[in-house]
Formats: sequence, structure tokens, C-alpha cells
Amino acid sequence: MSNTPVASGSAKKRSRSDLPLAVLMIAPAFIGLAVFLLWPTIYGIGLSFTNFNLLTPPKFVGFNNYIRMIEDPMFWNAAWVTVYYVVVNIGVQTVLALGIAVLMHRLTQSMIVRSLILTPYLVSNVVAALVFFWILDNQLGIGNHILVSMGLERIPFLSQDATVIPTIALINVWRHVGYTALLIFAGLQTIPESAYEAAKVDGASEWQTFWRITVPLLRPILALVLIRTIIGSFQVFDTVAVTTAGGPVNSSRVLQLYIYNMAFGRFQFGYASALSVGLMVILVVITFLQYRLTRAGDTDLN
Amino acid sequence: MTAAAVSAHTVGSAKPFPIGKVLAWTFMGIIMVITIVPFYWMIRTALSSNAALYSGSSSLLPANFNVGSFARVFGIQTGEAAIAQGGSGQSIDFWRYLGNSLVVASLVTAGQVFFSACAAYAFSRLKWRGRDVVYSLFLGGLMVPAIFTFLPNFVLIKNLGLIDSLLGISLPTMLMTPFAVFFLRQFFMNVPVELEEAALLDGSSKIGNFFRLILPMSSAPIATLSVLTFIASWNDYFWPLMVSYSDNSRVLTVGLGVFKAQTPQTGPDWSGLMAATLIAAIPMLVLFALSAKRIVNSIGFSGIK
Repeated sequence: MSNTPVASGSAKKRSRSDLPLAVLMIAPAFIGLAVFLLWPTIYGIGLSFTNFNLLTPPKFVGFNNYIRMIEDPMFWNAAWVTVYYVVVNIGVQTVLALGIAVLMHRLTQSMIVRSLILTPYLVSNVVAALVFFWILDNQLGIGNHILVSMGLERIPFLSQDATVIPTIALINVWRHVGYTALLIFAGLQTIPESAYEAAKVDGASEWQTFWRITVPLLRPILALVLIRTIIGSFQVFDTVAVTTAGGPVNSSRVLQLYIYNMAFGRFQFGYASALSVGLMVILVVITFLQYRLTRAGDTDLN
Repeated sequence: MTAAAVSAHTVGSAKPFPIGKVLAWTFMGIIMVITIVPFYWMIRTALSSNAALYSGSSSLLPANFNVGSFARVFGIQTGEAAIAQGGSGQSIDFWRYLGNSLVVASLVTAGQVFFSACAAYAFSRLKWRGRDVVYSLFLGGLMVPAIFTFLPNFVLIKNLGLIDSLLGISLPTMLMTPFAVFFLRQFFMNVPVELEEAALLDGSSKIGNFFRLILPMSSAPIATLSVLTFIASWNDYFWPLMVSYSDNSRVLTVGLGVFKAQTPQTGPDWSGLMAATLIAAIPMLVLFALSAKRIVNSIGFSGIK
């Protein structure tokens, strides 16, 4: 309709503004952005200052939800459990992914290796969680069969305090390590081959090459990858919800599960929104700190 | 360094550290095994009978091979037969979940890719005032963590009366994601302007250029984005979990969670559970087998830029 005159006229008058056509083409995406992303962000912050419970209209309660959050031991438990999860998850995953990426770069460029390593990423968190829920089952799981056949004790991986979070963290390493390795691998490919040739000419060993060439030149990309994976890691939910639902007791009740319980178990949307703001603040602070500490913007290549 | 030392080094580096290389391949081999074995174990368990599993079989091949588990999760086994084989006896219908997942992932992919492409064209090829400001809003949207939009979007979908519907699950990502707009814009920028100008001189319109020039020339990145969007939507759990209340709108991930919750705590239907996870995983594994190279190569771009 409105685009017809513009479209026919634009062939002759190139300088004329394309505004009507642009508005038409952007409208659906802009509605999506405004309605489902920008407005919810503002509305969510607004809700965190109310006692909204889905049934009655929200009532303004000032900072009550935030005061409650600071005094809520369950919130601090959830925050601590989440941080513990992120440290194990990101620590193991980054080291493994870096190793795999370097090997994919220096040892084999095989497409088959790269595809296989990514396969777990293609199934959902829920699938990964259930497969390991079975493999690690205390009585029948093959994992414990193997432990017993090696003369070790059975480990109730997902049903005791001491192992539940590391286990969930490692299940998610299984699913995500290939993806992270490929991200780092892409970064490695930006390092000029000449740097490696120079190291070779100087007689550097693979080990020296790794520490003196690869790590310094990869640093900015590694920092970006870390920011990305840490933000993802903080939002852990699926694996916990499917395998332990936060248990035993609260030892795997991560922040996002606590938020979900608060909203859909107890219908305290106001408080749940405040918790979301809390999680978002943590994410923003971490991103900022990491960006500063690692100088992610700089590159040693220049 | 003497010439002899240099040549010794060159000879040495042609075959660098055989031990190191063996170790490296061993490491890679172990990683591959850990990556693949859980998939095999899924298949092996799904094709076993619960009775054999509970008698403690750790056979590497399916224990007491049968396909009853698949009959059970597709709801074509009678309740009694299911209970006899260790199922919960509750009706469970993975055809339905499979269909729902297919509808949601297709709606999201088709809508998101098309509308994002339209927006990306306006941001890369049309001249209008305010373009940069609006585009920066989209880039800002890239920074908002998903967690933050879930609760308000749930309230919105509820007010729209779309709770427990496939449209309710699809709608928030059906119109765009900032990433899709950003991703496609990068490619549209690379189509030579001259081609478009030539087409305009030949009497084509800008909207015609979009459909006849830009879209066909960007078919490779559009295909990549479509595959990635489809996979992400298929595997999503948190949002569908919030919106679904009944089998009307349960997608596979949510159905799996329900199935796991229904199965008896004391004697879970392991073979049924693994059959169900296989059903959820296989379509993505097939899609991956068909487009592995495309997906693997796309990762560098999406992560680093």
C-alpha cells in the first residue's frame, strides 16, 4: 500500500528518503523488540517495587522486596550455590575447551573432529540432564557400575550435598565444551601463521609456543568468550530443574530456580522480579569487571 | 647458533615431540569417547527392557532387546502392558509433543528469520532519518539477559489469553531477536551496492530488490541462521515450561520433564525415559548431520563479532 509510490519513485530519485518503506519493513521486528524485550525490561524493574501476585493488581511497596532479599537466607544460599556452580562449570570448561581448541588448531584440522565435538550441543539441556541422570543413578547407572568394578565406593552423584553441584556443572560442561572450544578455535585462526613460523624458526617447543604466542595473542578473544560463557552459566536452570529440582534440600537451588519457585510456586511475582533484578545486577557487574580486568577491547595483534 | 644446531632443529621440528603427539591424540581420543558414549548409552537403554536393567545388567549391548519403550512413550501400548514393562501407566503421547515442538520451532524460525531479514535490509540498504538511533536500540537489546524478560513476558502472554497455546510459546521470539537482525545486516552490507543500483535502473523497486536480489544472494547465511534458530527453539525449556499447562501446548523438552516427574521414584522407567530423550534428540542430530559444516563454520562468526 504505502510503499508503492516510494518504491516506484525511488528508481529515479535516489536521494529521496526511504522512510515509508523502512517503517514498513522494520515494523514487525520493532514491535517484537519493544513489546517482548525493551518494555519487559522496564516493566520487570517496575514490578520489583510491587507486591504483584498475578491475581490482584500490583501495589507499590517501595524497596520492601529488596530489603527482604538482603535479609533472605534462601537468596544468599541460592547466590552462593550459583557462584559455586559457575566457578566449577567455567573453570573446567574453559581449560578443557582451550586444550581442545589448540589441538584442533595445531594437531588436526579435521572437520569430523570438529563436528563430533559439537554434537552434545545439539541436544537440549533437558536431554543431557536425563541421560546423565540415568548414567549416574546410584543403583543401576553404568557410572556406579564402573566405580564398583574398579573396587571403589558408589557415589550418589546427584543425591548428596557434596557432589550435586559439581556433577551438574560437569554435565553442562559435557554439553557446552565443544561449542566453547569452537569459539576459541575461531579465535586461534585469527593469529597469523607467521607468528608460529617465527617461533618454530627460533626453536620454541610446542609448550613454549602455547604460552608465549597463543595465550597472549588469544587473550582478548578469550576474555570475550569468558564473558559470554559466564553470563550463560549464571542462568543455569534446565539441568537442575529436571534432575534435582533444587535438592537435596536446597543444595542445588540455583538463583534462576529460586526465582521460578517464587513466581510459579508461590506466585510472588513482585519478589521474584526483585530477585531477577538482583541476578541482572550481578551479571552487569561481572561483565564490567571482566572487561576492565582483561582489557577485552585491546588486542596484542596491533 | 651454528649451522649444525639449526639443521638439527629443523629436522627435529619435522617430527616434533612424538611423545607429546601421542599424549595429544590420547587426550583427543578420550574427549571423543566421553562425547559420544552417552549417546550410545541412550540407544542401548532405550532398546533394553526394564526387567533386564533392574536385574543389574551392565551388558554393553541392549539387555533383552525390545522396542516396547518406544510403544510406551508414543502411547500405543495399553496401560497394563506399560505397567508390566515398568512404565507408569499414565497416558503419555510423544507424537503430540513432537508435533508441538515442530509447530513452535517452525513458527519461530520462519517468523524470526523473515522479519529480521526485513529489518536488516532497512538497516543496511535504506536511507532514512533515525536509522542509527533505532539500530542502536536493537544492539542494546542484545545486552538484556533472557532471564530478565521471562516474568514480564509471562504476564503479557497471560493478559493476551495465550497461556497454554503454541502461539503463546512462539510469539516472543517470532518477530525478531536482536542477534538475527545483527547477523543478517552484516551479510546484507556485503552485497555490492552496484548490483542494486543496476537493478533500480532496470526498473526494479527497492522492495523488489530485497526479494529478488538481497535474499537470494544471502541464501547461505539465511540458511545457517534458520538452522541455528530452529535448534535453539527446539531445545528451549524454561519459557515453554512457564507457558504450558497441558498436553495442548507441551513441547518435547517440557514433555520429557513431565515424563520424568511421573515415572515412579522407586523404580523409574529407565528404558522409556531414554526412548523419550532419543525421540527429542534424533531430529536435531539428523539436522546436524545434514548441516554440520554450516553450523560448525558459523560459530566463529557469531561468537567473536
